[in-house]
Amino acid sequence: MSAMLTIHELRAYYGQVQALHGLDLSLSEGSVTTLLGANGAGKTTTLRAICNMLRTTGEIAFEGKSLTGMTTENIVRLGIAHVPQGRGTFTNMTVEENLQLGAISRTDKKQIKDDIGRMYAHFPVLEKRHTQQAGTLSGGEQQMLAVARALMLRPRLMLLDEPSFGLAPLIVRDLFGILGKINRDDKVTILVVEQNAQLALELAEKAFVIETGRIVMSGTAKEIASNEDIRKSYLGY
Amino acid sequence: MELFTNQVLSGIANGAIYACMALAVVMIYQAIDHLNFAQGEMAMFSTFIAWQLMQWGFGFWSAFIVTLVISFIGGIVIERALFKPLTNAPILVHVAGFIALFAILNSVAGLLWDFTIKPFPSPFGTSGFLGSGLITMHQAGMIGVTIGLLILLFVFFRFTRVGLAMRAAASLPESARLVGVNTSWMIALGWGMASAIGAIGGMLIAPVVFLEPNMMGGILLYGFAAAVLGGLSSPFGAVVGGFLVGIFENLVGTYIPGVGNELKLPIALALIIIVLVIKPSGLFGRTIVQRV
Repeated sequence: MSAMLTIHELRAYYGQVQALHGLDLSLSEGSVTTLLGANGAGKTTTLRAICNMLRTTGEIAFEGKSLTGMTTENIVRLGIAHVPQGRGTFTNMTVEENLQLGAISRTDKKQIKDDIGRMYAHFPVLEKRHTQQAGTLSGGEQQMLAVARALMLRPRLMLLDEPSFGLAPLIVRDLFGILGKINRDDKVTILVVEQNAQLALELAEKAFVIETGRIVMSGTAKEIASNEDIRKSYLGY
Repeated sequence: MELFTNQVLSGIANGAIYACMALAVVMIYQAIDHLNFAQGEMAMFSTFIAWQLMQWGFGFWSAFIVTLVISFIGGIVIERALFKPLTNAPILVHVAGFIALFAILNSVAGLLWDFTIKPFPSPFGTSGFLGSGLITMHQAGMIGVTIGLLILLFVFFRFTRVGLAMRAAASLPESARLVGVNTSWMIALGWGMASAIGAIGGMLIAPVVFLEPNMMGGILLYGFAAAVLGGLSSPFGAVVGGFLVGIFENLVGTYIPGVGNELKLPIALALIIIVLVIKPSGLFGRTIVQRV
């Protein structure tokens, strides 16, 4: 498997504050990878850096193409969908408009319509609420909408920032089940950032552990999950 | 009773222009969170362009269309050249920018076309509307054009991809970028549309107030009053606000002794202040809750 995304010596800054200190990471095509770590370790920052949403130095390449200097919207148009923390729902628009926005960079009208149908098949609750204002949806429904909106891009790579945040355990199970299915059926490479390490390690094949802006450990999900020391020091369960 | 109906109808006619200006103000406010003080001067400049085209032999409607196109492009150029570089600048820098634009447009218009008032033709004529003495054809035309414009805008924002993208960029720029919307160009597009909408307002009001570089000063204030009354976050509210301010100023001027024409403008300003005190988000505006 070839590397789809490679990150080399990535440093990122919020104003004067440096949040990433030379991070290296690579994702192989078709894989599910998880990035684990404590609060403030730099997980969200890493995802934001990939989409050039803050000041960075270092090298990020997607399918061999450097992303340096590209605007967020052009990076997204390469096929990188980002489900942000807090879901980024367009609350004053309808569910269906949110899905249409997901496909705003596409021009194939008929397939967009088909894809909206496919999303309703994945997430039946969204079909039930398709004319409702997205802001009236529950947290779990909004998370599903955020994932569906990202899929409307027909992404090659999907970045998910804490998809389990604030959701009931049963809903989280559902959501991760669907993510696995999307990975298998649609061949979407997934990078998921999670605090719920146990769950993320079940879904992922590969895992990276991040601490204060550096990768301190990487391996297959099995290795990471079975390593007592890592579990105790970084994953907290 | 006829006086009352007459005043309400002509209030609606003037209100149509305030609605256009309020709409233009709201379009830019939605995009960049600032009030464009130069909106009126942009509209005035556009109206002079239309006048100039007519001097060169264009008919009213062809001059109207060409002016809209020029104003649209002009709005985009102003955003790209002047305000895009200020994107992250503090609010006072923006205010200075707007004032500079105001002064530049006003002086250049005076330089090119001088400060004497010029008559501007009405495409509708000034006879009574449908033979009635209540409002003139031109007033009816102002109302008709404004309502037509509103319907077009509604369809644009509700049913087109670009309209959807513009709404997304205005409500949540970061999320919009994450679905691939070029938010920076959406702002420029908002400026272009605001400029064209203002041009419509200018060309419709010019036959009433006559054309000269300072013609939009008072009208923009009414436009601000309308936008604040309706709520700066709501285009629909801006239009309703426009009509309400138009009716309000006419009724106050007619029925409250001593107000007359001279005190109508202060009444509009008082209205802004009262609304800001009682309902800061306006009649139709959303209260923005900011998380810190």
